[in-house]
Parts: sequence; structure tokens; C-alpha cells
Amino acid sequence: MPTANEIAAEEFSAVVAKHRPQIFRFLLASTRDMDLAETLTQECFLKAHRNWASFRGESTAMTWLMRIAINLQKDHWRNRRMQFWRQTRTNAVDMDEASEWLPSGESSVEQQLLARERVGQVWKVVEGLSERQRTVFLLRYVEEVELSEIARATGLSEGTVKAHLSRAVARVRAGLGGKR
Amino acid sequence: MRFIHLKKELGGDACGTGEQGGLRAWTDGEGPDPQSDAALDEALKDFRLSVHAWSEAACNRPRAALALAPHRRVWRLAAGWALGCALVAGGVSGGFYEHHRQEMKIAAARAAEQQRLAAEQRDRLAKEEEEDLLAKVDRDISREVPSAMEPLAQLMAEDETR
Repeated sequence: MPTANEIAAEEFSAVVAKHRPQIFRFLLASTRDMDLAETLTQECFLKAHRNWASFRGESTAMTWLMRIAINLQKDHWRNRRMQFWRQTRTNAVDMDEASEWLPSGESSVEQQLLARERVGQVWKVVEGLSERQRTVFLLRYVEEVELSEIARATGLSEGTVKAHLSRAVARVRAGLGGKR
Repeated sequence: MRFIHLKKELGGDACGTGEQGGLRAWTDGEGPDPQSDAALDEALKDFRLSVHAWSEAACNRPRAALALAPHRRVWRLAAGWALGCALVAGGVSGGFYEHHRQEMKIAAARAAEQQRLAAEQRDRLAKEEEEDLLAKVDRDISREVPSAMEPLAQLMAEDETR
């Protein structure tokens, strides 16, 4: 007969297996740094593991984990700002490198080049977004999270989430050469 | 893979925002033209695909410690070789330099000694010449008494014989 702890450990393992890729992807897109994303993902699940008993299921596990990931990411940037003189180097890849990643579909070389260019333009805009706008934008358009879930994960109201998303999308459109 | 279509976003059903809450309503002023929407839709789709592909590749890469190990080993090896070569080159060139410096010192000392000997010889010759000259002058011009005193000297000589 498994104990309560064993059941909790099994449950948590299942949560990690299910949500790890999404958390990592969000952190990778936020930081553009594979090693940092990896570290923050591990920290996220470590923190979640420590507080797993207190998780009451008021939101989905994904939302709860995403909230932890967002806070870790915020803390990281805050610490970097505080310690800027110690952080002269970063492992973040530049936007050109980030935009090189495209799934090899059936599209032609020209289409691939165009797609790469478009992705580069979006990265450029994302780079210039505020922290909140970027977080909301990435959650919506990369992770396909619903607005209500984004609001829960970020601790913002849905109206604020929409406003941030609207500004972010307007900037992406402007960046692509559309109407500002 | 499911893609978010901006037209659906405009409808806002999934978010429960209604038509007013859609993308068109969020942007100020008039909405963008359909072409712009299509381009945006396409760009966001490509962006999502790109991030997913990158993340998948990053997830599947060997773990950092394993992945970095060969690089680190290679770098350490290269650094070790470079350091070793630098030390050997430094030692050899230092030895050559020291040897060269010693040789230069010896040569300088020899040259100084030769110069000293030559100067001594010159001085000695000059002194000898001077002495010879003085002796010659003495021989040539010296007399027992000056010529003006010769008659007196003869008288003195006669007195002595007497």
C-alpha cells in the first residue's frame, strides 16, 4: 500500500513530465538563453516540489507552475539589474540565431527564408517589449494560454492582460511594416 | 499542432471576450486591413513554430554537463598545450638570451682588456721614444763644461796636474 508521500511523489513526477517542456519553452523564449532557461526550469520545479503539499488546486497545475516560472524570471532580471557590473557577459543568443529555428516542413526555400525573416522581425519587437508585455505575449502566442489563465498566472486582471497584449500585438504589426 | 488564428481571436470566443474584446478592438483607431492581419497571423504562426522547434531541439540536446564536457576537455587540452609551448619557448628563448648576454659581456671584457693593453703599449713606446730622444739630445749637445768656460777649465786642469 503506497503511503501519502509516495502518492504525492508520483503525482509530482507526472506533473513534471507533463509540464516541463512548456515551462522550459516559456523560459527559453523569455531569456533566449538555453542554460539559463534550464536552470530556471529546475528551480521552478524545485520550488514547486517544496510547496507541492500547499498546492490546493485552485488553479491548474500548469498555471501554478507558470506563476512560479514568471516570478523566478522576474527575480532573475531584477538580480541582474542589481548586479549589472558583475554580469557583463550573457549566454543569450542573438535574435538572428533565435530566428534560425524553423521546423523543416514542406515549404520551399523561399518560404523558409521569408518565414525566417518574419520570425526575426517578431523577435526584434519582442526584445523591445516591456517585461509584462513580453510575458503576456509569449504566454498567449507561443504557449497558447487563455487570457483568463494568463491573468491568473501573472496576477494581473484580464483587462490589464488584454491591454498589454493589444500593445504588444500593435508593436508586432508595426514591426512587420503594418499600420501602427 | 494547433495554431491560434487571429480571426478567431477577433471573434474572441475562446477567451470569452466577445467581438469587442478581439484583436481589432484592442488596437486604437481603425482596425488594420485584412492583408496586415494575414501577415501578422503568418508571422505569429512562424514565431510560435520557431520557438517550439528551438525548444524541442534544446530539450533533446545532451545535458549541459555532458555536452560541455568534450568542449571543456578540448579547451583544457589546447590551453595546456599552449601553456606548455609558451613555457618551453620562453625557457629556450630565455636560455638563448642569457647565453647571448654572457657572450656579449665576455666579448666586451675582452675588447676592454685589449684596448687597455694597447694603450699601455702605446704609452710604453712613447715613453721609450722620449727617453731615447732625450738620451740622444744629451749625447749630441752635452759637454762637461760650457764652451765659454773651457779656458778656465783648462787652467784648472793644468793646476791639478801641477
